[in-house]
Amino acid sequence: MLDSIIDTSLLINFVYVISATLFIFGLKLLSHPSTARKGNLLSALAMLIAIVVTLLDKQIISFELILVSILAGSAVGVYAAKKIEMTSMPELVSLFNGIGGLASLAVAWATIAGGVNLSTFVLFVSFLALLIGAITFSGSVVAWAKLSERMIGRPVVFKGQAIVNVLLIAAIVASATLLIQQPEVTTWHYLVIGLALLMGVMFVLPIGGADMPVVISLLNSYSGLAACAAGFALENNLLIVAGSLVGASGIILTNIMCKAMNRSLVSVLTSGFQPVVTSEMVIEGEVKPLSADDAFYVLEAAQSVLVIPGYGMAVAQAQHAMKELQGLLEDNGAEVAYAIHPVAGRMPGHMNVLLAEADVSYEQLFEMDEINSRIEGFDVAIVIGANDVVNPAAREMKGSPIYGMPVINADLAKNVFVLKRGMASGFAGVDNPLFFKPNCRMIFGDAKETLNNIIRQFSD
Amino acid sequence: MTAIYLLFILMLSVFVGFELIRKVPATLHTPLMSGANAISGITVIGALALAGGEYGQWSTWLGAIAVFLATVNVVGGYLVTDRMLAMFKKK
Repeated sequence: MLDSIIDTSLLINFVYVISATLFIFGLKLLSHPSTARKGNLLSALAMLIAIVVTLLDKQIISFELILVSILAGSAVGVYAAKKIEMTSMPELVSLFNGIGGLASLAVAWATIAGGVNLSTFVLFVSFLALLIGAITFSGSVVAWAKLSERMIGRPVVFKGQAIVNVLLIAAIVASATLLIQQPEVTTWHYLVIGLALLMGVMFVLPIGGADMPVVISLLNSYSGLAACAAGFALENNLLIVAGSLVGASGIILTNIMCKAMNRSLVSVLTSGFQPVVTSEMVIEGEVKPLSADDAFYVLEAAQSVLVIPGYGMAVAQAQHAMKELQGLLEDNGAEVAYAIHPVAGRMPGHMNVLLAEADVSYEQLFEMDEINSRIEGFDVAIVIGANDVVNPAAREMKGSPIYGMPVINADLAKNVFVLKRGMASGFAGVDNPLFFKPNCRMIFGDAKETLNNIIRQFSD
Repeated sequence: MTAIYLLFILMLSVFVGFELIRKVPATLHTPLMSGANAISGITVIGALALAGGEYGQWSTWLGAIAVFLATVNVVGGYLVTDRMLAMFKKK
């Protein structure tokens, strides 16, 4: 009997090694769009064999509850994955981050509640999993509410918020000490979890809508770190490996997002507390509106067209109209390219997915640096619903709040069309000198309608 | 000693993670994040023993909740990532 117990645990851990290898290969294949789908399948296979082999665990004596939970979870997962609109991907990823955090919280809690004579180490890492899991969960729910506009997107700050945060951290440290010393007292469980949930809310509240790509990436990383901490509590290697892969991924994305805004992570996380910078610089020149009809004549003559999408394109659902216009321009002999700023949209890579959905080939999507080196060669740059990411003030106006941020130099193209609803400034609240440049024309109105008007001119 | 051995695994896999993820192109960052959601559902294998074991009623229920939540992440995460990746086409 004893032999067979050793054998199963050996088998389980051996399969975990294979599973970890497959996770790593899966991520490796994600390095190119042509192999990425296979990579995702490989990763799913790794997960499947890990789950199946875990069910051989001799500690598992009843399967009814497991079966019900897996079936219910699968049903919800399938529903969410099939129903979600691509424009709402940031909300879904945010929710998934939160669910991952909550799962790790539950595992850590069950470990503390069900364990007898747990070592201080296990109690400490279980506490970490509780803490990170709870912060990830409540933080993600707030992020989701902000993204889906169920609450206001601007930073929420109140007087004394910084002091409250410091007190909160002190209270968490104190209750953690109590939890580790007296793990059998359930009051401490609730106290730690309650405080950690509050911490997550306080962490996301002061962050504004434009900084959401950073927050989602960071919470993505936390959901992995929570799994990692749960892995320490359960002494499970695969949980640690998979959790840290996710943690690393989130950290890299967070870093890319911060760099793309030329800000440090600390400055993003505390942005709500900083005074609003008002620039007193006077922008010279005038705004010159253009009708869709006149835009058509310029586009008809253009040899090369650059499209720069922003969140406004997603809001107006203009990506399909843009793809249609792209086809017409290409039939007309023009080259069409898309330039995508790392923080365009509400999450990393958001624009790319929307354009992929509209059937735009990924070979026509270019990163900022690639396009900036040859932007002077484009006859027309069309800016759809983007503002701060094409703001030349970042390059030429010292003292502007966004000075130093890397931007797509749309103003260097021969002609610039800006598709925009009105003259409101971007999320950074900064005026955009691009609109006043001599080579820039504003086409006011709904982006989708404007594009459809131009498309109609082409077919006439 | 176990703690040190686990830390070793953590350290090495963080480095592997950094090296791998750095090579993911910007165009795939959204699928990368939803795929990461799915991978973080790995918590399910920790939850299984808690949901099916004899650790007391409260632990069993928490374990079952964790299995449910992690399965949502695994199934939903992989499916939506696949749905997205299928849309990335060459000319």
